[in-house]
Amino acid sequence: MMPTLEIGATTHLKVLEAEAAHIFRETAGEFERPVLLFSGGKDSIVMLHLALKAFAPAPLPFPLLHVDTGHNFPEVIAFRDRVTSDLRLEVASVQEYIDRGALPDVPERNGLQTTPLLDAIESGSHDAVFGGGRRDEEKARAKERVFSLRDEFGAWDPRRQRPELWNLYNGRHVPGEHVRVFPLSNWTELDVWQYIAAEDIALPPIYYAHERDVFDRRGMWLCPGSWGGHSEPLQRKTVRYRTVGDMSCTGAVESTARTPLEVIEEIAASRITERGATRADDRLAEAAMEDRKREGYF
Amino acid sequence: MSTLLRLATAGSVDDGKSTLVGRLLHDSKSVMSDQLSQIASPSDLALLTDGLRAEREQGITIDVAYRYFATPRRRFILADTPGHVQYTRNMVTGASTASLVVLVVDARNGVTEQTRRHAAVSGLLRVPHLVLAVNKMDLVDWSEEVFAAVADSLDYPGEVTAIPISALTGDNVVSPSAHMDWHTGPTIMEFLETVEAAEDPTGLPARLPVQYVIKTRGRRAYAGQLTGGILHVGEKVTVQPGGHTTTVAGIDVLGDPVTTAWAPQSIAVRLTDDLDVSRGCLISPAATAPAVTRDLHATVCHLHEKDLRVGEKILVKHTTRTVQAVVSSIEPGDSLGINDIGDVVVRTAADLAVDDYADSRTTGACLLIDPADGATRSAGMISVT
Repeated sequence: MMPTLEIGATTHLKVLEAEAAHIFRETAGEFERPVLLFSGGKDSIVMLHLALKAFAPAPLPFPLLHVDTGHNFPEVIAFRDRVTSDLRLEVASVQEYIDRGALPDVPERNGLQTTPLLDAIESGSHDAVFGGGRRDEEKARAKERVFSLRDEFGAWDPRRQRPELWNLYNGRHVPGEHVRVFPLSNWTELDVWQYIAAEDIALPPIYYAHERDVFDRRGMWLCPGSWGGHSEPLQRKTVRYRTVGDMSCTGAVESTARTPLEVIEEIAASRITERGATRADDRLAEAAMEDRKREGYF
Repeated sequence: MSTLLRLATAGSVDDGKSTLVGRLLHDSKSVMSDQLSQIASPSDLALLTDGLRAEREQGITIDVAYRYFATPRRRFILADTPGHVQYTRNMVTGASTASLVVLVVDARNGVTEQTRRHAAVSGLLRVPHLVLAVNKMDLVDWSEEVFAAVADSLDYPGEVTAIPISALTGDNVVSPSAHMDWHTGPTIMEFLETVEAAEDPTGLPARLPVQYVIKTRGRRAYAGQLTGGILHVGEKVTVQPGGHTTTVAGIDVLGDPVTTAWAPQSIAVRLTDDLDVSRGCLISPAATAPAVTRDLHATVCHLHEKDLRVGEKILVKHTTRTVQAVVSSIEPGDSLGINDIGDVVVRTAADLAVDDYADSRTTGACLLIDPADGATRSAGMISVT
């Protein structure tokens, strides 16, 4: 007979996993048309993995949405297409907006994602939008709710946030408003990697150490691509990416970590946050993230 | 195996709460150097917790901030609740999920009226452990007598552990103090690492509020998170409202079949009988199922600028069930303003299967929601009489 060991014993990862599943199921139970934002980055990959488990063995009861800046890493787009081949994926293209003159053609496109995102939410009549944001990422996000109400312009008003008690998430909203839902609110970068290791979750290869031609811009290792950067003096480095976003503002870090366990060791020893290390857009101002969130950003 | 502890901090800014939080993050090496660039001295550790522009501009903390740190033994989620602005609302929010509250007092002032209010709110929310962090011991010559007088002056319905510290110098926060060898108890961090992290589910009755029905190949599985207790395949269960009794035919933990599940696992159960079970139902062991009621008695913390009034129509959100209701009585007075606490009775339009909040911080809790704009108006702790 199997010993009934460890009844009641629960590791921190299992608690976080159960909480995320609870959040997915609450949203599916309370909203008409949820959508999951999927970028091909590790947080959205973990989020998708949790969503699939929350509704197993049934298929995912909502589609995915990717806001493609047109300057994404090709490895990430290839990965996205592979893992979403049997899921419903909608792509909102920043490039299309630029081509028809609806958005300016600037080299750094991260800030351009808000308009296509809000348009896709409106045209899909999505009343709940899952995002992979974590409170440990950045100090404005530390004050974000799990269920975060957005007005008809998609805007976040930190002074108007609802108090969030116990695990009672209030998703009530009036027509035109929607709710951003963050199932990974209580996860840290380390938790995400420990979970990737524990569940053997596949990621785009650029999350692990590889050789790459990069150049230095304001202390960040950027890589030339369709966005530009071709006239820069390149250096060959062994790098990996801690975050994956628009190529123009996502920097690589020097690293030799080639497996999830080596990444975990590296993060545990790191003294810089992932956003501080790799995101040029957050370095602009003290309140850069808060300002983007107020306008409707992820 | 690393476990998770949820805690909240309370105390006024002048007592050094933010410095203590900064010290815990800093000394457990959870603060990264890019976040530290604005920190010039230990007293600036408070800056780590002010995330919004208005907070930095006005020099106040408005909202609960969540902080994350870890030691090799345990992962911590810390709800940092501001001391001044709307303290009840923030304190109630932070304490609602906490297994432990760290209440900071200034050793020179001892337990103040505000300390007692923070302790009362923690007690009302049934936070099982309270740490009384007697801070600024460096300013009272590390005196054992001063500490003992403060430590003995607080009543609390749960377990209290008093620890003498200096957040500024770090004494007894993470590292033991060389100045207070008379203190034989743990440091703050030692205590956080070893205290019981969550209630042992084995002693509680199982409760499964149904969140969602997973339908595959003609089979229905009822998905939810066990809020207490243990559930077995083959166990006789009652589904409320309705009160029908059936048997657990199968349990999945996020896709993996098991014979036994326990709180706080997210699971899906299949039942042997084809009953009308949907979101908002509660599945519990037949022997320990709660009673249903339409007259909900609750101690209510009012959280919204708009007063709560007798006769008002309101929505009650209890676990996964939201029902219409009317406020039938409020004591004392006939209304509650923001940050007021009172005893409220609401008459609901449908049955709710509730536990006493003293028995369950999940099936004994509810929100009162404004039907017009969806605002969260109040938090309720249910009494079953």
